[in-house]
Parts: sequence; C-alpha cells; structure tokens
Amino acid sequence: MAKLTSLADAVATQIHDGDTIAMEGFTHLIPVAAGHEVIRQKKRDLTVIRMTPDLVYDQLIGMGCVKKLIFSWGGNPGVGSLHRFRDAIENGWPHPIEFEEHGHAAMASAYAAGASGLPFAVLRGYLGSDLPKHNLNIRTIECPFTGEILAAVPAIRPDVAVIHAQKADRAGNVLLWGIVGVQKEAVLAAKRSIVTVEEIVDDLGAPPNAVVLPSWVVGSVCCVPRGAAPSYAHGYYARDNAFYKRWDGIARDRESFGAWMRCNVIETGNFDEYEARIRAHADA
Amino acid sequence: MPDYTSDEIMTVVAARQLANGCVCFVGIGLPSAAANLARLTHAPDIVLIYESGTIGSRPEVLPLSIGDGELAETALTVVSVPEMFRYWLQGGRIDVGFLAAAQLDRFGNINTTMVGDDYAHPKVRLPGAGGASEIATSAGEVFVMLRQSARAFVAKLDFTTSIGYAEGGDSRARFGIPGKGPTRVITDLGILTPDPRSRELTLTGIHPGVTVDQVRAATGWALRVADTLEITKPPTAAELSSLRDLHARTKRAHGEVAA
Repeated sequence: MAKLTSLADAVATQIHDGDTIAMEGFTHLIPVAAGHEVIRQKKRDLTVIRMTPDLVYDQLIGMGCVKKLIFSWGGNPGVGSLHRFRDAIENGWPHPIEFEEHGHAAMASAYAAGASGLPFAVLRGYLGSDLPKHNLNIRTIECPFTGEILAAVPAIRPDVAVIHAQKADRAGNVLLWGIVGVQKEAVLAAKRSIVTVEEIVDDLGAPPNAVVLPSWVVGSVCCVPRGAAPSYAHGYYARDNAFYKRWDGIARDRESFGAWMRCNVIETGNFDEYEARIRAHADA
Repeated sequence: MPDYTSDEIMTVVAARQLANGCVCFVGIGLPSAAANLARLTHAPDIVLIYESGTIGSRPEVLPLSIGDGELAETALTVVSVPEMFRYWLQGGRIDVGFLAAAQLDRFGNINTTMVGDDYAHPKVRLPGAGGASEIATSAGEVFVMLRQSARAFVAKLDFTTSIGYAEGGDSRARFGIPGKGPTRVITDLGILTPDPRSRELTLTGIHPGVTVDQVRAATGWALRVADTLEITKPPTAAELSSLRDLHARTKRAHGEVAA
C-alpha cells in the first residue's frame, strides 16, 4: 500500500546512491520537485532513465548526481540545447558520464516490456540508423512466424520510478490525465516508486478507463502542489514556456548554473521555498 | 524587395505540400508551423499528430514543445506514448511524417545526433533521434523542412540518425522499410525532390528571386538541378496574414512582446 509521506522522507528512504531511477514525464507532469530533492540530498552515482531528459535532468547532471544516462531525446524543447547535458558529454564536466542512447519508439516499448514482466521489447525500429552501431543494447531478432528481422532492446526495469500526477486519494490511489507519456509503464516496470501529486482528495472521481495507479503498486505518495513547474499539470497550471527560454541563459555557463542552483535549490528547504525565490526573481 | 521573409516563403510552400485530410505526424519547430498553417488555410481537415500522444490537435497558438497543454486540450484524443509509437506510427496509420534536420545529405538521410568524428566524444552534441528514426521508416512518406546552407546540406553526414534513401538507387529497400522515404525537402531557397532512379535529391523548385548559383553555394555537394525548374508561387496575402497572425498569437502566449 502506498505511504503518504513528505517528499524529503520519500527520497531519503527510497532512493539510494547507485540506484537506477526513471523520473518520467513527456513535457507534461515532469517530477521537478522530486528531482530537486534528489539534488538537495546529494544522491550520487545514479543511473537516470528518461525518454526526454529536460531541465531537471540538466540540473541532476550538472550537480554531479549522474553516473549514466539512458535517453532518446536530450534537448530543451523548442529552445535548443541542454547545456549541462552537452557539457558532460562533450567535455566531461563536472565529471564524465556514460550514456546509452535510443529512439523514442524503442524506449516506449522497453518501458512497456518492463511493465509486462518481459525481458525485452521488440519493434520495427532503427532501420538504416547508425544508433545500433554505438549501442550494443540494440540488437535484432528474427520473427519465428515470418522471418522478418526486428529490433530488440532490453526491458527497462528501474529500481525507482518517480512521477508527478494530478491527484491521489487518502488511500494512495493515483489519477493522472492529459499527456500521460510512459508514466504508468514506468511505475509498473519499477521495483519502487514515488508519486508527487497536486492534491490529495477524498474521492478520485476517476471515470472507467482513466489512467489510475492503484495504491498497492505505488510506494510513496507526496502532496507537492505545483511540483511539476516549470512544466505543467493539465487542469492546474500551464507550462512556463518563458522559464524554459530563460533556462538557456542560466545553464549555458558553469558559474551561472552553479550560482542559480545554490540560490534556488540547495539553499531552499523544499519546493514551496524554491517557488517563492523563483517568483521573487521573476518580479525583480 | 519581396514583402515576405525567406522563412515565411519556406513555411508557406511547406504548408502547401500537405493535402487536406492527410494524417501528419508533426515534428516540432518549423514543421509544426507549416502543418498548422496548412490547417488554417487550405487543409482544415488535416489530422495533426504529435509524438506526445495527441491525435487531431488544433492548437490556437504554436506549441513550444511537442507536449504543450494546448495540443492536448484541442486534440480529439490523447494516447500514451507507447500506444502512439506502437499502434499509430508502427501500425501504419500515418500518411506524412514531417521532420526537421540538423544535417541532410544528397539522399535525404538525416543527422540529429552529433557533429564531429567520434560519437563518444562529439564536437557538438545534438538532442538525438526522438521519434524521428521510426517516423522516417514507418510514415507513408516523409517531408523534410530546413534552412539551406552548406553547413546543413553536407556531402557526408557525421551520423545517420534517420534513414532517407541510404546510398541511393534501391538501397533503402534493402532494409525492409515500409515507408516511401523523403519525397520532398522544402527549404528557404526552393524544393528538392528525389530523382526517380538514383534517388539523389534534385532541385526541382526555386523561390522567386533566388538564383541557382545561390542554391548551389548553400549545398555541400554538387547539386543536381532539374532541366525545367519550377518557380514557386509567392505567398498570397491570405497565407501571409494567417502565418503572421499565428506567430503573433504564439509570441503573446509565450510571454513575449508581439512583433
């Protein structure tokens, strides 16, 4: 059964140095508050998985939490580069990281395979691409019925999945909607999970077929309003596109990145304080 | 001087390529602007699909990312990302995959992964494949849109992220790829289409006021030019005002001052 707890407690008890963690969210419902708590608690040697590593992964990489990154698209959507991600791969700063690179189709299938308890995923993918030459986890398999050669990638089985959702009830059942990405698959594929939510309600009011994670597949549930900002929570707040543009300038330079992280993440005790600082800067 | 910019004619000409009612898997950036312009002008029944899972999106403003709330709110439905890639793309439901590129070669192969000669230690690390490596193979056909320059139109890609016509001729077929491949490349200078036999991209259309020498200079290989070169019809007043209104609405929505 899910435990309703503080985010600091959930991260302290569920995420350990050296773990493999998937903090998923496809542009929407990105678990930013949870990522900040991982940084505050100075977790190290993490293997981090994400189809679309964005700002919070840029921060984890730049703050030295990451040993290895498994991903399929690493950019600031509509803006350009993730500068800390680039600096780590191009220049080994703050330390060299390993990376394993896929396409979206393969990673989405690999999460579904993990949730399905299968050892690998099969897809018609990577045809003619150079990616299989550099990623030995992209292999081929012959269809036993037609003889077609298809791509195979290992299932994703994280130690911990971390997601953000709109609502949980008091028993810890979780409801999310809108662009739901691979979050359901990530939680079902993982050994443990942390779910931050916008609010905790008496009754989820989930219609049949809604994306619901029952309490008994969820580890920790933490109420963190606005915990996905600057990404968004459908029905609660919009994506802060202006901040995504501002991040380009903040993260471009090692020193300005470090100063920003110290001021806004390290020196704040939780996400509420972080948000208050960000708002104060935006008004200044 | 024309009363439109080179980006505007590129977007307008790219939009015109999309038939009303077609099902288009939209890449972010330039393709998204063109696909939405098509929807707002001659193709009101076009079905726009974004890889975040939105099917039939009709955004009022252009999304900054492929998963802005605007795309979900205006969609017919939203599916999970595994479903998007497995049922809808791999399942063969997409007519046109509309992609951007960082580098493109003469056979329409695309690089969005890295610049340099060592994959592990790139000179410039780009975002990577995203959905493109499978959009390029599973979509019925592919349109590519990018600004033309010798830096982007290269003789040899540093990395093949998404396959076009491989080494040309029938070499794409060798891979057992279901889709037709890149049937047109739209740039700020003109349109390139593959030669029916060699599959080499050939300049078949040119925008008004652009010279062939200009296009050659912006191409990193010895560009083939069609015997009869079609000159693009300039943007109409209606196309231009639709596009400019769309960009102005988008800037306001993204917290910038409208131009």
